[in-house]
Formats: sequence, C-alpha cells, structure tokens
Amino acid sequence: MERVDNSNISQASLNMKKSKSTVLWEKFVEKIFFISACMAIISIATITIFIFAKGGPAMLEIGIFNFMFGTTELGGKVYLWQPGADIYHIITMILSSIYITLGAIIIGVPIGILTAVFIAEIAPKWLVKIMKPAVELLAGIPSVVYGFFGLIIIVPMIYEAYGRQLKGGGNSMLAAIIILSIMILPTIINISIAAIKAVPIEYKEGSLAMGATHIQTIFKVMIPAAKSGIFAAVILGIGRAIGETMAVILVAGNSIKFPTSISDSVRPMTAHIALEMSYASPGLHENSLFATGIVLFVFIMLLNIALNFITHKVGE
Amino acid sequence: MNNMKITVKDLNLYYGDFQALKNINIDIEERKITALIGPSGCGKSTFIKTLNRMNDLIEGVKIDGNVMLDGEDIYKDVDVIKLRKRVGMVFQKPNPFPMSVYDNVAYGPRSHGVKKKSILDEIVEKSLRSAAIWDEAKDRLKKNALGFSGGQQQRLCIARALAVEPEVLLMDEPTSALDPIATGRIEELTEDLKKEYTIVIVTHSMQQAGRISDKTAFFLLGDLIEMGDTKKIFSNPDDKRTEDYITGRFG
Ligand SMILES: Nc1ncnc2c1ncn2[C@@H]1O[C@H](COP(=O)(O)OP(=O)(O)OP(=O)(O)O)[C@@H](O)[C@H]1O
Ligand SMILES: [Mg+2]
Repeated sequence: MERVDNSNISQASLNMKKSKSTVLWEKFVEKIFFISACMAIISIATITIFIFAKGGPAMLEIGIFNFMFGTTELGGKVYLWQPGADIYHIITMILSSIYITLGAIIIGVPIGILTAVFIAEIAPKWLVKIMKPAVELLAGIPSVVYGFFGLIIIVPMIYEAYGRQLKGGGNSMLAAIIILSIMILPTIINISIAAIKAVPIEYKEGSLAMGATHIQTIFKVMIPAAKSGIFAAVILGIGRAIGETMAVILVAGNSIKFPTSISDSVRPMTAHIALEMSYASPGLHENSLFATGIVLFVFIMLLNIALNFITHKVGE
Repeated sequence: MNNMKITVKDLNLYYGDFQALKNINIDIEERKITALIGPSGCGKSTFIKTLNRMNDLIEGVKIDGNVMLDGEDIYKDVDVIKLRKRVGMVFQKPNPFPMSVYDNVAYGPRSHGVKKKSILDEIVEKSLRSAAIWDEAKDRLKKNALGFSGGQQQRLCIARALAVEPEVLLMDEPTSALDPIATGRIEELTEDLKKEYTIVIVTHSMQQAGRISDKTAFFLLGDLIEMGDTKKIFSNPDDKRTEDYITGRFG
C-alpha cells in the first residue's frame, strides 16, 4: 500500500518538474540538434557551391565534352594536358580512376565478402576476437601509411616481377589496385558482417533443419538474404577507392597518358588534383582542377544515388 | 504393429549448468502423432530439438543418453545431415526463405543434389499437394513466398519440409501464430500426413492435442511426468499433476 502511494508522489513531482525547467531544457537541446544538423548541411552546400563556382565556368570555357573526353592533336602529336598552352583534357584521368577502382573491386570484393562470411559464421570465437579488431585497425591506418607500404613493398615487387623492365620502376596501375584492394577491405568486411548478422536466425535454422550443410546455408540462404547490405558495402567500397588520393599518389606513377596495360604508370583524378593544385597558376589552370573535382563529385553522387536505389529496391 | 520409430533412453540435456531435460525415456510410434504438452519452460522445445540435433547450434549444450532412430543412435551412428533429411522440422514462426515459392520447396532437394528441372517440378508439386497448399500456390510459384499469409506460409514450410521426403516430422507449436481457420487446416493436414509420416508435435492447446494426437507426453520442469494414449491421458491420467495441468488448474 505504502509503495503505491510513494510512486504516486514521485510521479506527481516528476510532472511538476516537467512543466518548468524540463520544457526549457528540451527546447534548448532541440536547438543544439538543429544547429548541428545545419552545420553539416551548410558545409556540404558551401563545398558544392565553391567547387561548381570555380570549376563550372572553366568547364564551360574548355567545353564539357572536350574537357572530359577530348584530346588535342598538334603536328601529329596528341596532347592531353598542357596548361601552358591551355590544353586541358582529363580523359586519361577518368579512365585511370575507373580502371583502378574496378581492379580494386574485382580483387577486394570477393576477399572482403568471404572474410566477412568467415568472421560472421565460420571462425571460432577466439579467432573472431583477433580478426575483428585487426579489421578495425586496418580501417584506422592513415592512407599515407598504406601508400608508404605500397611504395616500399608492393612497388619493388612489381618491378622485380616484370624483370626490372618498367620505366616507372614498378609505380603502376597494378600497385594502385593492390593498395586500394586492401584499403577497401575494412569497409566491405564490416558492413557485410553486419548484413550477414542481421539475417534472421529462422532462415538459418530452416535451412539446416532440412539437412542442408552450413556452407550451403550460407551461400544459398544467408548471403541472398543479406544481399542489399552487401551491395551497400560494395558501393561504399567503390566510393572509398575512387576518392582515395594519398596512397594512390605514392604508388601509381602519375603519368598523364592513356592507360593501356596494368603495368602502366597512371594518374587518376584525385592524384591529378592534389599534385597540380600546389603550383597551378590562378586562372584557367587552377579552375580546370576544380572542374576535375566536379567530375569526381558527380561520380561520387552517382554512386550514392545507386546506393540509395539499391538499398531501397533490393531490400524489398 | 506397434513399431517404434524413435526410442529415447535416459536422455539428459544441460544448457551450461542448467539441466533442461532430466532422464527422459520416450518411445515414439511410427505413423502416429505424438503430442508434447506442458507449461512454458518445461523443455518441450528443447526435447523436440534433440530429435534432429538442432541443439547442436546452441553453444554450451551437453547431452547424454541415447536417441535411437530405427535402432541407430543419432548422436553416434548417424551423420547429422542425413539425420535431418530423415527427421524434418516445422517451426513455431513460419519461416519461408525470402525467395520464390518454388525455390523454397525445391531448396531441400537441391541441397541434396537434385538438379533436373523435371524431377524438381514433380517434387515441388507433390509436396505442395501433400501440404494442402497446391491450389493456392500453383499460380504463384514464381512469386516471393513472403507474400503469403501466415497460415499459407506455415503450410508452405510444411511442404518445404516434406520435399526432402523425411520419415519423421517435428512440429514445434506450428499453429501458435495462426488464426483458428488456418489452425484447422493444419490440423486436418496432420491427420493426412500421419499415414506416411511419424509426427511429433508440441502444442499449448489441450484441445489440439486431444483432437489430433494418438499419444501424449506431459512434461514438467524438465521431467517427463507421464506418457500414454491421448484418450487415457485426457480422461484418466495416472499422475495428479497431469490431471491438474489438463484441467487448467495449473500455472
Ligand atoms: N539456449 C538456451 N540457453 C539456456 N537455457 C535455455 C536455452 N533454451 C532454453 N533454455 C531453458 O530451458 C528450459 C526449457 O526451455 P524450452 O524452450 O525447451 O521450453 P518449452 O517447454 O518449449 O517452453 P515454451 O512452451 O515456452 O516454448 C527453460 O527453462 C529455458 O529457459
Ligand atoms: Mg517452446
């Protein structure tokens, strides 16, 4: 009896408090949330406007198609990028970005998904306790360290593998692909693990109860059920690969030419912007780099749209 | 005539330190329906899962005693994959896979190596017919199974279990998530199925146990209190506790 009374009193006093300071406090907290949200949106908007304001006119001046896909022929020679002569074509950078991203996806995605399956479903507990932190650590390593690792280990290995013939000394598309494959692993693994773990246990039980093996259950039921999450993982991985700059600069060789072989020295868009920005003269040269940024920006936007589309469509 | 399909001898099961089944001895007759009843937490699900080793999935489970299927110890002599093919299971919550109706039913046979389309077609139709859902499913074979109603999903799950041609069908409260009409259909279905299959069913409904089962086993706190002909258990149980439970004088 006493307990009931007590709870009534505390309930009443709670209600009283709510009517005074609590309301003010909640208003205040709401404002803080609102301002924080605005900060994020304002930053995005500022960056977008800035890039387009600087790069847009340059792009129009050069000609959008000419800038992205054209080349200039002078006296039988093909010119791609000669700021001194106002020649600006980024087709090789676009191709390089696409190639190294595709390469990283081809290597990184299967390894990432299989690792995720292993950690989520197969590995014994003690091994999971080692592997999960290891993967998280992989995500936390600064990209310059990856680049350094690539430069010291991967590049010389490629140089040796090609019989010391490469002009770039092993700095190549292949080196960039290998480094990026490793760099996208944490993203793909972590998100895929979450997706696999989110598959209802009932599916797994249903499959096993019919005498399917664990591996059959994983590949026929669990992965298909987790596919929208795994797609999301892959797209975020692509985003990471296409946007990566520092590690790529250190290993890709950065030559402005059409990539024809995996051992070629290449310069993707990110590396291009970072390398030239430091010395580009104000005017068309500098603005053409912002224009390159626009192209990169649009790529990333398309990826995000694809991501939204996939998570909504496939999730159904 | 009284062929024993499954014989359980001195079965004890522990979840870590907690003993969930205490020295269980049960004989399950071939082509009969055996109902397992008892208050919540008494170990019915735990027991039914020992019959096709679904407890293997749970960490820290210890089992001793013997479960014999046609005279073979399923924990020693039988490969778990083959065991589960012979002893199928239908769960409390309908759990069709998020794929087409056809693929759901074909899943089991495909897992066991059946590839030919014509054979799969045949198995799918036969299983859906046996589970009394062919009429509703035949025009929706390519549609996602999750679009079915709860009762249809449960019959689909029964079809899916039948598709691997099991000998025993375990059902853990298969109608607890269904409305009375869907429940009625599943009950009728079990009557048909017992001509070919040995059925073990967990139920919280005394009426259901009384309506459909031939044998009833009453569990209490991990003990098997009493087992016998359903008629006898319901009209004249030996144990006072069984009577209390059946007449509803119990928690
Ligand atoms: N995975 C588990 N780990 C530990 N204890 C468990 C586990 N599963 C069940 N138990 C315990 O074992 C006992 C029997 O559980 P079980 O699920 O078999 O009961 P039940 O008779 O099926 O109950 P209900 O009618 O509610 O389904 C309960 O005390 C339960 O708490
Ligand atoms: Mg249960």
